Amino acid sequence: MSTALTPLWEVFVRPARGTNHVHVGSLHAADATLALQNARDLYTRRNEGVSIWVVRSADITASSPEEKDSFFEPSADKPYRHPTFYTIPEGVEHL
Amino acid sequence: MTQSSAPASAEVAGYAIRLGDDALILSHRLSEWSAHAPQIEEDIALANIALDLLGQARSLLTYGGSFSGRSEDDLAYLREERQFTNLQLAELENGTFAVTMVRQLLFSCYQHELYRDLESSRDAQLAAIAAKAVKEVAYHVEHASTWILRLGDGTELSHDRTQAALEGVWPYSHEMFADDELARRIADLGVGPLPSGLRPAWLGTVQGILTEATLTLPDDDWKPTGGRAGLHTEGFGYLLAEMQHLHRSHPGARW
Repeated sequence: MSTALTPLWEVFVRPARGTNHVHVGSLHAADATLALQNARDLYTRRNEGVSIWVVRSADITASSPEEKDSFFEPSADKPYRHPTFYTIPEGVEHL
Repeated sequence: MTQSSAPASAEVAGYAIRLGDDALILSHRLSEWSAHAPQIEEDIALANIALDLLGQARSLLTYGGSFSGRSEDDLAYLREERQFTNLQLAELENGTFAVTMVRQLLFSCYQHELYRDLESSRDAQLAAIAAKAVKEVAYHVEHASTWILRLGDGTELSHDRTQAALEGVWPYSHEMFADDELARRIADLGVGPLPSGLRPAWLGTVQGILTEATLTLPDDDWKPTGGRAGLHTEGFGYLLAEMQHLHRSHPGARW
């Protein structure tokens, strides 16, 4: 089937209440409803999710691999941005 | 399936088997689409529906067979064509994708009405099977109606094909609502609904979807029946040959 009629969609599944939607893969579908149905059939067959989002791949603006250095490198040498200079009080588990 | 008591009577057993046969045979037909569906996504969707139906068939046949000491495999693989009591609708050949979707819409809408009613059956086992299956079937309805809307109200070609599919499949829908002796007895026992009583709600749902899909409801002239009595369409023998071949060649085969 032609991809013009069935464009690509990205699928995000939330595995449980209180967690985030996580990207699980992509699929082809003619429209949003069918994309959601296909996502249900392809990615939640084994009880993986409680919620699904589908987004047209063309609608996602992504950072380019070539820009990796200018985008992400500068934060590598700024340790003060990371909370590494504190001593964690005893008894605090989730920090 | 969990161990449970056998059906209370031969009637209840026979009723469970006919519902099980519907699910088994349609499941097999849908499985024939594997690796042949128009898209890989739809391939998996059809296989999912086939597996839902197979699960229902296993529960129903196991329960129905326990009355006469037959296993689900005995019933599925070792009966002859005339001993199957499924609706002819369930065995209709897949044809085009439109035929398969029309068949699915008509059957799933019926099954949804049926199972919703069976949830309050006096037979605890049938009620339990129906309660589990009704959620699956609600999705089958959703899936089929989504496609019918897009095929019917799509291009001129898809509309014509779907209308032609509807004309071909529609006559077989009447058998779902035919009250035969066993169906009446089951209704008297409070075990299941009278088939004819399910039709108004079914027609309301189906008509709504078909109208929205710009399809025309065919006339109710020809009403073939016989599936419940073991009379089947020409293609059914070929279906059984494929479905039963492995088990009959290698009895008790497992993998």
